[in-house]
Amino acid sequence: MAVNYSAKEEADGHPAGGGPGGGAAAGGGGAVKTRKPDNTAFKQQRLPAWQPILTAGTVLPAFFIIGLIFIPIGIGIFVTSNNIREYEIDYTGIEPSSPCNKCLNVSWDSTPPCTCTINFTLEHSFESNVFMYYGLSNFYQNHRRYVKSRDDSQLNGDNSSLLNPSKECEPYRTNEDKPIAPCGAIANSMFNDTLELYHVENDTRTAIPLIKKGIAWWTDKNVKFRNPTGDGNNLTALFQGTTKPVNWPKPVYMLDSEPDNNGFINEDFIVWMRTAALPTFRKLYRLIERKSNLQPTLQAGKYSLDITYNYPVHSFDGRKRMILSTISWMGGKNPFLGIAYITVGSICFFLGVVLLIIHHKYGNRNTSADIPN
Amino acid sequence: MYFLGKLGWCVSLLASHCQWFKRTGAALLFSSARDLGFGCACSSLRLSPVCSSCLQVIVDTPTSPVTSGLPLFFVITVTAIKQGYEDWLRHRADNEVNKSNVFVIENAKQVQKESEKIKVGDIVEVKADETFPCDLIFLASSSTDGTCYVTTASLDGESNFKVMEMDGQHVTKAGACAECVCVMINWRMLLQHPSPRPQLYLTSPPSVCSSSESAAKSLGPENLLLKGATLKNTKKIYGVAVYTGMETKMALNYQGKSQKRSAVEKSINAFLIVYLCILLSKATVCTTLKYVWQSNPFNDEPWYNEKTKKERETFKVLRMFTDFLSFMVLFNFIIPVSMYVTVEMQKFLGSFFISWDKEMYDEEIKEGALVNTSDLNEELGQVEFVFTDKTGTLTENSMEFIECCIDGHKYKDCISEVDGFSQTDGPLKYYGKAEKSREELFLRALCLCHTVRIKQADQVDGLIGHPECKNTYISSSPDEIALVKGAEKYGFTFLGLENDFMKIRNQKNETEMYQLLHTLNFDPVRRRMSVIVRTTTGTLLLFCKGADSSIFPRVQQEEIQQTKVHVDRNAMDGYRTLCVAFKELTQKEYDRIDRQLNEAKMALQDREEKMAKVFEDTEADMHLIGATAVEDRLQEQSAETIEALHAAGMKVWVLTGDKMETAKSTCYACRLFQTSTELLELTARVVGESERKEDRLHELLMDYHKRLIQDVPKPRGSLKRSWTLSQEYGLIIDGSTLSLILNPSQDSSSSHYKSIFLQICLKCTAVLCCRMAPLQKAQVFPLYSPLTEASGPCALTCGLSDHWGMWIEGKQINFSDNAMLQWRPFLYWTFLGAFEGLVFFFGVYFLFHNSSLEDNGKVFGNWTFGTIVFTVLVFTVTLKLALDTRFWTWMNHFVIWGSLAFYVFFSFFWGGVIWPFLKQQRMYFVFAHMLTSVSTWLAIILLIFISLFPEILLIVLKSIKERSHQSSRKAPKSVSSRPSVTPLLLRTFSDESNVL
Repeated sequence: MAVNYSAKEEADGHPAGGGPGGGAAAGGGGAVKTRKPDNTAFKQQRLPAWQPILTAGTVLPAFFIIGLIFIPIGIGIFVTSNNIREYEIDYTGIEPSSPCNKCLNVSWDSTPPCTCTINFTLEHSFESNVFMYYGLSNFYQNHRRYVKSRDDSQLNGDNSSLLNPSKECEPYRTNEDKPIAPCGAIANSMFNDTLELYHVENDTRTAIPLIKKGIAWWTDKNVKFRNPTGDGNNLTALFQGTTKPVNWPKPVYMLDSEPDNNGFINEDFIVWMRTAALPTFRKLYRLIERKSNLQPTLQAGKYSLDITYNYPVHSFDGRKRMILSTISWMGGKNPFLGIAYITVGSICFFLGVVLLIIHHKYGNRNTSADIPN
Repeated sequence: MYFLGKLGWCVSLLASHCQWFKRTGAALLFSSARDLGFGCACSSLRLSPVCSSCLQVIVDTPTSPVTSGLPLFFVITVTAIKQGYEDWLRHRADNEVNKSNVFVIENAKQVQKESEKIKVGDIVEVKADETFPCDLIFLASSSTDGTCYVTTASLDGESNFKVMEMDGQHVTKAGACAECVCVMINWRMLLQHPSPRPQLYLTSPPSVCSSSESAAKSLGPENLLLKGATLKNTKKIYGVAVYTGMETKMALNYQGKSQKRSAVEKSINAFLIVYLCILLSKATVCTTLKYVWQSNPFNDEPWYNEKTKKERETFKVLRMFTDFLSFMVLFNFIIPVSMYVTVEMQKFLGSFFISWDKEMYDEEIKEGALVNTSDLNEELGQVEFVFTDKTGTLTENSMEFIECCIDGHKYKDCISEVDGFSQTDGPLKYYGKAEKSREELFLRALCLCHTVRIKQADQVDGLIGHPECKNTYISSSPDEIALVKGAEKYGFTFLGLENDFMKIRNQKNETEMYQLLHTLNFDPVRRRMSVIVRTTTGTLLLFCKGADSSIFPRVQQEEIQQTKVHVDRNAMDGYRTLCVAFKELTQKEYDRIDRQLNEAKMALQDREEKMAKVFEDTEADMHLIGATAVEDRLQEQSAETIEALHAAGMKVWVLTGDKMETAKSTCYACRLFQTSTELLELTARVVGESERKEDRLHELLMDYHKRLIQDVPKPRGSLKRSWTLSQEYGLIIDGSTLSLILNPSQDSSSSHYKSIFLQICLKCTAVLCCRMAPLQKAQVFPLYSPLTEASGPCALTCGLSDHWGMWIEGKQINFSDNAMLQWRPFLYWTFLGAFEGLVFFFGVYFLFHNSSLEDNGKVFGNWTFGTIVFTVLVFTVTLKLALDTRFWTWMNHFVIWGSLAFYVFFSFFWGGVIWPFLKQQRMYFVFAHMLTSVSTWLAIILLIFISLFPEILLIVLKSIKERSHQSSRKAPKSVSSRPSVTPLLLRTFSDESNVL
């Protein structure tokens, strides 16, 4: 990039000696205030300035360089994304043939819960850690009314908010004159299907251990979400005077048996409370850690997924999915970024070539015209 | 009819200092759009952010009232502070005038009053060098002859002293003392005056009749002392207040200019209408789509997102309406509220730079540029027409007597005093002589025919005794002083006026006395003045001097020829010429004239016409004695200035009352016309005097039009300034031809002359209007208003000092394409904005198809989505600003990189704390988390680059295009061929004046 450093002082033809003279006049005029403007670079608009000049000659190489940088990055991302293993099962049960079809019209309070099992086969083994997601479609977690419908100070363990939730939670603020904890539409609609994964080998089902901790943001788990404080650690007592959300089968202090994953700091709950940006979204459900270096986390073969089908999505035309995915340095599988980089880099490079040709054509004519001058 | 002394009109108080309270108060109450400080036809636009913040209280809105209220509050605060500051300055200036103390005579006592409390009918005392606090009728003066001297420099920029006369009948000659004035109060005077009019001089002042004498006495402009003018060389005067406060001539003139709106503001308003339409249509479309989407019950109210009872029960129509309003609130940021503040602040700070400009500082008067209002700053750079007066603006208005001619014989300088007139020293100065008696007559005429007064430096005894004493001449016209001084050089000295007797010391050192009977004052229509005097021997003489065009038709035709040669030659040399004529009157003739004059003076109706008629009759059948040539030197650096104006592409119009030759050579001298300039003439000389002149004018106009407009190939680039054209044109037009064009006779075919004329003028780099009557000068100005429709006429008067007083007319560059020029960048930016918005949203949208973007599989939510979009937005906008920055001073670096750094810092800070005062901790650690993801970084960089790409591409294309233009345009050098200016004070005019 060609740059011009110009001290405008010279360009404007201001004598450099004018400075001290003006200063002296201003200084000497202590008694008699002179109205003479100060001869400072700022007031006379003579600050030294850097004038970058973007010309074809300077920008076109930049085009090439950007093209040359973007294309490899794009290829890198694309390859990385393609190497990610991802397996997705839609277990909504829309199709009559689906094992979960019987549970399609399940309601919140159906007892016993409807369960179904889906068998599937992994063609390729999943080498590294596997992340298990549940995915929902046509679920507007980004709806304005929905996003607002929570009380963060209640979730942060504020005792007064616990018993007097924010008005934003309406109509999920109170139930039978008791404050709901956690209040609001988000909490009320928490995803409550249970997914269990089994490896099927010679008709024997081996349960694959699913880790339920470490799926939420650390700051959420440790700072933003806190159980109410009080005497003792008995959550039941701490949540005294509140009632469970309408759609929940059990209160918030019974979400998990482990005390550091119970109440508001239950990680499934925290993950759900981080509202998704788009109506089709996935949320982290469980982690499957690689046990040894010799064996892949999930080897190719037959698997079965046991579903406790509690979550009705059919009423709003929604879909439920279970996703198994490995993760790279750039996150989950997403071809968009790689393709975008490759496209932009190519356009840049292509335009650079075209413009260089045009530029050279005129440039040559220009130089030939310059000679007689 | 009003009784003097009655509490007549309002107490004089310039109301402008109330404005701030009005404005600010109202602005803060959101009650009036005007008061946001921008006021305009479509000011209701400004209401929309105000409305939206109000709506947010009523409607359930997507953004919190703080979000849209805070910027608005900031905007209003800043605007209010700025307006308040400017109003405070004005208020202070008003106060200086309004609260200054003046002495008022009340009940025979001198009372000190604040000038704003002066009432109509008060008798006001004004001392030397004070300004008049209101419009006064001159009653009494401390000087013995009942006159006072006034300078109106602050009103019209003319620094001459004007002589004001009091109404001699009412005031005793005993001089003014407080008691005398008190006596006057007891006179029951009736004041009959017209309602206030803004014209400074075209005024028929009130007429006074004193009931004790029961004779009506009418007053002329010489009796009216205008507010703002300054009393000079007179110890004190008394006057009765006739117009005060907002009714003074000054205030009336000021009012007309108060509504100034710059082209930028106008175009902003036009663009805002577009944005308002976009906003409305967006809100409409979104509301419609919302209800289409909601028509599906799954979408309207799924089980996980139920409505409250209240929401369910609201009327559907009402709900739709509130939804519409909600969308309005959501999208109201499309109306750039902050832009107003930016524009206002830019202007406001820009005005500081104007006043700080060292180049504008005048060492002599120790003052820099003064910015009265910052409303029109940016317009200064768009000025295309400069209308300038010649005398006093281009020239110094300090006259010097150069030569004279008597009966066709030329006299120049260096005539020895001792030997009298007859001898000249050196053969070069000898041009032949006229008769001695004629010479003396001529010089006596110079000594008598004027309105010069003498101001004694020492009043002790410096009357006749000391001929060397530095008596200074005072006159409304510097020409007269030059002539009197010229006569003095030749031995005839004017010694002053004493009790109606003019005293002259002649060459033989004798004092001659002439009784001054009548002065027929100069006026620009007649272009001449006369005096009637009685010599000691009783002979009645009328001396008349004036412009050649007005003298020649009134003298014996056979006398003209010889003098005309001289006059023409002098005019070609750029001197101002005056002809002198005389006539002897018989007693009978004089009696008639005297009677007629007195009648006319007393006339209450049509006084001007009657006077003119008497003058016309009186000044006839005279004998031409000779002519004078007076030089008015050019101002220092006026040529450089004109050159610079030309180089900036401005078109300079010179309006002058001088004759064409004089004006032309001055124009050559100040580089208004170049030797290469092709002059087009539309003067009486080319048009002719015959009745065919309309046809001839038509021919000429068509011819010029053809040459300038039809034959010139249209330049391709619309932005090309006229100086890139190879041939420059100058136009000379005189007053009579101009009036022919402006006021064509009944013939309808000639009515389009005006537009043709204007088109011709637009193509000329310089226009000289000579022989203009003052009224015509004022007419030229509105001529341009049809061309300035887009931007509206806006006149500035920069009275920086006495040196340059100008009207500046702002106009858009080219009236045919100005619509395009304004809208193109607007559309470009709007589409660019739309493009960038799409890139921001859909880029992140596709990225979020898989929202697990961290390397630990955790997912991002909607707040991260928004944060990414916003981060990309902030960086794109700031970097775009950086791309458009031409000069990078440390401040630019500081502001641009500083705002990016601040954005990052603030986002960390804002997200790093659980804020106790916030209901929802939405942003908690969102920004920090976002930055842990490599994908997000890559996406942000990519999206910023894509958004900036069109801009960069445009720069490259432009530079390629420029190069191709350059290479094709190399051959005809585009640099103006104007030669640089050489020092001009010593330049002779004659070598340049023979171009045509």
